[in-house]
Amino acid sequence: MAKLNINGKVHDVEVEPDTPLLWVIREQIGLTGTKYGCGVAQCGACSVHIDGTVQRSCSIRVGDVRATDKIVTIEGLSPNASHPVQKAWATVDVPQCGYCQSGQIMAAAALLAKTPKPTDKDIDEAMTNICRCGTYQRIRTAVHTAANETSRT
Amino acid sequence: MKKIIRGTAATLSRRTFIVGSAAAGGGLALGFNAPFAAGPALAQGNAATEVNIWVAIKPDDACVIRVVRSEMGQGTHTGLAQLVAEELECDWSKVTLEQIGPGASLARKRVWGDMSTGGSRGIRTSQDYLRRGGAAARMMLLQAAADEWKVPVAELTVTDGVIKHAASNRSTSYGKVAAAAAKLEPPDPKTIKLKDPKSWKVAGKPMKRLDTADKLDGSKVYAIDVKLPGMLCAAIKDCPVFGGKVKSYDEAKIAGRPGVRKVVKVGDTAVVVVADTWWRAKSALDALPIVWDEGAGASASDATIAAHLKEGLTSAETNGDRKNGDALKAIADAPKKVEAVYSTPFLSHACMEPMNATVRLSADKAEVWAPSQNIEATLAALSEVSGVPIGKCEAHRIDLGGGFGRRGGTQDYTRQATEIAKQFPDVPIKLIWSREEDQAHDFFRPISQCKMSAGLDADGNLTGLHVRVSGQSINALLNPGGIVGGKDQRQLQGFWEAAGDAQLGYTVPNLLIEYAMRNTHVPVGPWRGVNTNQNGVYMECFIEEVARAAGKDSLEFRRALMSKHPKHLAVLNAAAEKGDWGKPLPPGVHRGIAQFMGYGSYSAAVAEVSVSPQGKLKVHRMVLALDCGHAVNPGQIAAQVEGSVAYGLSATLYGECKVKDGRMVDLNFDTYEIMRLAEMPKVETVVVPSYDFWGGVGEPTICVVAPAVLNAIYAATGKPVRSLPLKNIKLV
Repeated sequence: MAKLNINGKVHDVEVEPDTPLLWVIREQIGLTGTKYGCGVAQCGACSVHIDGTVQRSCSIRVGDVRATDKIVTIEGLSPNASHPVQKAWATVDVPQCGYCQSGQIMAAAALLAKTPKPTDKDIDEAMTNICRCGTYQRIRTAVHTAANETSRT
Repeated sequence: MKKIIRGTAATLSRRTFIVGSAAAGGGLALGFNAPFAAGPALAQGNAATEVNIWVAIKPDDACVIRVVRSEMGQGTHTGLAQLVAEELECDWSKVTLEQIGPGASLARKRVWGDMSTGGSRGIRTSQDYLRRGGAAARMMLLQAAADEWKVPVAELTVTDGVIKHAASNRSTSYGKVAAAAAKLEPPDPKTIKLKDPKSWKVAGKPMKRLDTADKLDGSKVYAIDVKLPGMLCAAIKDCPVFGGKVKSYDEAKIAGRPGVRKVVKVGDTAVVVVADTWWRAKSALDALPIVWDEGAGASASDATIAAHLKEGLTSAETNGDRKNGDALKAIADAPKKVEAVYSTPFLSHACMEPMNATVRLSADKAEVWAPSQNIEATLAALSEVSGVPIGKCEAHRIDLGGGFGRRGGTQDYTRQATEIAKQFPDVPIKLIWSREEDQAHDFFRPISQCKMSAGLDADGNLTGLHVRVSGQSINALLNPGGIVGGKDQRQLQGFWEAAGDAQLGYTVPNLLIEYAMRNTHVPVGPWRGVNTNQNGVYMECFIEEVARAAGKDSLEFRRALMSKHPKHLAVLNAAAEKGDWGKPLPPGVHRGIAQFMGYGSYSAAVAEVSVSPQGKLKVHRMVLALDCGHAVNPGQIAAQVEGSVAYGLSATLYGECKVKDGRMVDLNFDTYEIMRLAEMPKVETVVVPSYDFWGGVGEPTICVVAPAVLNAIYAATGKPVRSLPLKNIKLV
């Protein structure tokens, strides 16, 4: 039994405490925007925010998540994909297959929350998720685009 | 009586239809014509009227363009729609896509034709019938308006789906005349005059992708995300040694674990746990003791495989060659000789979405949801394994989380899921491979070695070139029919004499190119760019060595061999120019250049790298030039080029699937490392359209990435790199 606060909603789930948070989000909660890629915190496809920090949910035991931890998944990042990162991703036409992009967007949103005007070096260090289609160049551009958009408003 | 527009009605007969179970090339083959006959509207619910099979129009003028190729990120859906829309003259902002399933196509005598998506063929093999389909729909829509107004159709004009008759100052729109248009007989495809691509307004432009929105908010459903009522989930372990079998497993050890429903054997080789959730299935499988009968493959290792391939470098018998003049003699007689042996490893595809398939079998119906580059092969596999007649099967269209050649005709995961589902009538079964399973059971990029020898005359001109490739054959495993008379030309992709697809861009007076087939127990398959990758490294790195031995500039030495290959040369020149070849560089930065051909397109690259005193490599910038003939979406072409740099560079830096005790060693991204954003160089794409052929885009440029980088490293360090990946090489 676990109590989880996901996207502002509290869920009680019947699940073994050693289940990775990723699989609880996908299977018990039914939010499939958060992806399975490796299961060993390497690829970042499973990235979510926990109290504003980006975390790889495949490697967090649900038993270690507190009821007070505020978890945000890609579905809860913004209404109508209105987060500056999501808008920049659309403007720059970032996604190819799209599978890793939930995680990429969550990583970028967390970066900008902490560092509103990131340098290329900041982006190198924060954006460590794997993309096999190779959208890295556009991700870099889109992070800068989102930063500029945010600073204007 | 249907009205016939210009000429005779399209003939709908003369189709042949063969359903095969081929494990390889894809289950279905056919003869196919008349690609846009009208028929009953497919999407009854959305009120769109089918004008022809590619175009349906809604009353509000929304244009539904049908696509049948698989979208795995390469942007083909947007490009295909641009081709239809260009001729249709509809409002691009009102275009939406509709994917057609193979079962629906079969039900209409396979009117939509081939759905397979690989070999960078999506656009180039669809463009003719799609453009004709768009044009035919336009002609029918205009004719419907002309009939309504009782004016000659030639007096009408159309822009963005709005039809006008200037003389009577009347206008209407596609949405208003679609129903009448659909009742008209389609024009004869042969009579349709297509636009000059130089006058394109929608095609040829960098339109944004039509399929981005749901990739931004988590709402896009991949096959791995499919949810069905009553669904159970399955985790699988196939014998880690290829060719091995299941000996026994101790089901009692996982008895009573939460959610577990059943342990299932799939074929002789795999064990599956079925549970209510995938995580429960996977963790129970991890706890299940399995004893394997590993078989003969268990004695294989990197060392035994390398020795096997090395023997092929000098064997008497070969499996295909290209020959002009007497290369061996020319080299023997040459005052200066150059010789080198190269090697490239097995690679996995590592699609971000692991292999998976969801299958539901009932008495009179079979359905599958799976990521597939060949959805008709998926359908055929479902029918064959389930025993449900193909007419009662459907393979649902669902976009892929990456493909790269992994998810074509083999459909191993679809077959497994169907086997499991046979034991659960009416219950949907979702099989998901763990990343470890995905890395253990790929159809890997073939391993190979290559011995290169060259002779130079006293002036440093290349007089003889001998290429001997020894390595594993894809055809031997997946397409034995492709090996003709013991010769397997596919492995010499990029070295061919014939123009048009993968022609070697050099003319050498004495040339001998040979392939020695040396197969292993590791299954192999196409991997984005296929054999152009390895052959591009061998040719372009060796040409670099030869140019240096001749004391000549890398670019000039190549140019001198390319006078009879003007398209190769033009692309090389474009890369050199945009890549500032010969111009000064910052201290410590060095350039490398390469050119090669595959998939009907010409590619070249210039790389700028630095190597630190500690041997650390940094790739700063890459300029890639591509001539794919017609460029349907330059923005998406650039995206594919950027992606090919990431995929190719990741392989160059890190890619290696090691074999030990007959099994794959690198089972996750901790050891099968993937390049990250920080290592991505600045990529500049030069599209060199020549408007006189249709070439591929997804694959052609990847083969020049590694050699351009390796040649730049050579420039930086003075030492050639002859084996990959670079993580194993001490650069200084």
